[in-house]
Amino acid sequence: MKVLVAVKRVVDYNVKVRVKADGTGVETANVKMSMNPFDEIGVEEAVRLKEAGKATEVVAVSLGPVQCQETIRTALAMGADRGIHVQTDGELQPLAVAKLLKAVVDKEQPQICILGKQAIDDDANQTGQMLAALLGSAQATFASKLVLNDNGTANVTREVDGGLETITVKLPFVLTTDLRLNEPRYASLPNIMKAKKKPIDALTPEQLGVDITPRLKTVKVVEPPKRQAGIKVKSVAELVDKLRNEAKVI
Amino acid sequence: MSILVIAEHDSAKLNAATLHAVTAAQKIGGDLHILVAGTNAAAVADEAAKVGGVAKVLLADDAAYGNRLAENLAKLLVGLAGNYSHILATATATGKNVLPRVAALLDVQQISEISAVESADTFVRPIYAGNALATVQSSDKIKVITVRATSFDAAPATGGSAAVEKIGGGGDAGLSTFVGQELAKSERPELTSARVVVSGGRGMQNGDNFKLLDALADKLNAAVGASRAAVDAGFVPNTYQVGQTGKIVAPELYIAVGISGAIQHLAGMKDSKVIVAINKDEDAPIFQVADYGLVADLFQAVPELTSAVSK
Repeated sequence: MKVLVAVKRVVDYNVKVRVKADGTGVETANVKMSMNPFDEIGVEEAVRLKEAGKATEVVAVSLGPVQCQETIRTALAMGADRGIHVQTDGELQPLAVAKLLKAVVDKEQPQICILGKQAIDDDANQTGQMLAALLGSAQATFASKLVLNDNGTANVTREVDGGLETITVKLPFVLTTDLRLNEPRYASLPNIMKAKKKPIDALTPEQLGVDITPRLKTVKVVEPPKRQAGIKVKSVAELVDKLRNEAKVI
Repeated sequence: MSILVIAEHDSAKLNAATLHAVTAAQKIGGDLHILVAGTNAAAVADEAAKVGGVAKVLLADDAAYGNRLAENLAKLLVGLAGNYSHILATATATGKNVLPRVAALLDVQQISEISAVESADTFVRPIYAGNALATVQSSDKIKVITVRATSFDAAPATGGSAAVEKIGGGGDAGLSTFVGQELAKSERPELTSARVVVSGGRGMQNGDNFKLLDALADKLNAAVGASRAAVDAGFVPNTYQVGQTGKIVAPELYIAVGISGAIQHLAGMKDSKVIVAINKDEDAPIFQVADYGLVADLFQAVPELTSAVSK
């Protein structure tokens, strides 16, 4: 069984982003980039399926500029078998990504597509659901547990607002990962070296026949309003006094 | 213009989360319809019909909808979409799960978690964990939008008298089935709508110590939340998590106890009106957003605060 994992190159989660003075976006030049944390969880889940003998091949896909190859290499170092890079320097919005992934899926025919629940840059939380729609497949989002059954279905436990819910989905399906699905491994140095030899195929949106023209125009990007600086209080008594008499919230 | 708001509910009661999407819809303007898709959900439709400013309620009652399976709901919505210029849902787990599927089937680019409406085609939304706000303009024929509840007031739950129209739907898509759920039961106010939230982090050390926060929350009639660290460590269930990928809250008062204040946690609470931080590390980043910071051992400060508040 083939598993396809999508991995996105994003600004590292530790970076405090700065909005560009001209209002066109966020400063990403010379900023540390990493694999989207939810996608790391996705790669880990796929590799565990292989280690459990449930998957035979894990294919990692990334879409974007040439540096995406670094992100694919990270997935390969974690245990993915080969990579696919859909190269474009143009802006990719979730609908376009879903269409590109569909074209890759049509070629590769994986039984499970694993995506991260959301990318920590655009915080859209759409691509997995969109891919499932375009494929006419079931979707299992915000997954905290995946169990494959013997009858061409899978049980997925999902984190929802009120707690947990479990659904059964037919294969092939699309899974999106939530934080507690697993704890991703660190790639060992030998595996990082091995990864350099694993193949990465290069494709373009044109080759896949997909129009990636963005539908949303970014008018401007600004910083949120700043909070006023607060104060330190010296005691619980002072805190209660401030909350009661100054802030008037208790 | 015609806007369809998808109701959040459990087939028994309308969830107040819906009312924030209604307000966002009213800012866009036009005829406002609410869709109630559920199983034996007539009572929810009747509640929705009372919401101020609603012109019509559509009730799609079918066994396929009661468990909120995305494939079934999306099929229904695609059938209705031709009548509307906008489809909105509050960014609850259901809204986030279902709407993107609808958007893709309609071949449009969804706009997620809007925090403001500028016009019928232009919206503001947070990106990078809320460290930037993007204003985006859509050229799509139908706008599919999820709404950040904390950015819009709740529309009045009464005052309206819309008609309820029963409609058929696409039925079961046959791709998924509901097995079961484990819901966290609580007598407390709901985390996303509570006036006061008391939240614990890694500093709580274990789940048992959350009793200290429960005692404080009791006195303040507060909800209890947590940072990702506390949930990952198993101190409290996932429903408690406040943050970039957890619940977004904006209460009158947010008390962060033993929470360092990572970017991802701030994303979920930095729009709170008043923020209090109690942490023994004076360099914890949480103090940069706190209106009132108390550098202290929470195991002493929290019980002290609890009894000071009861007086």
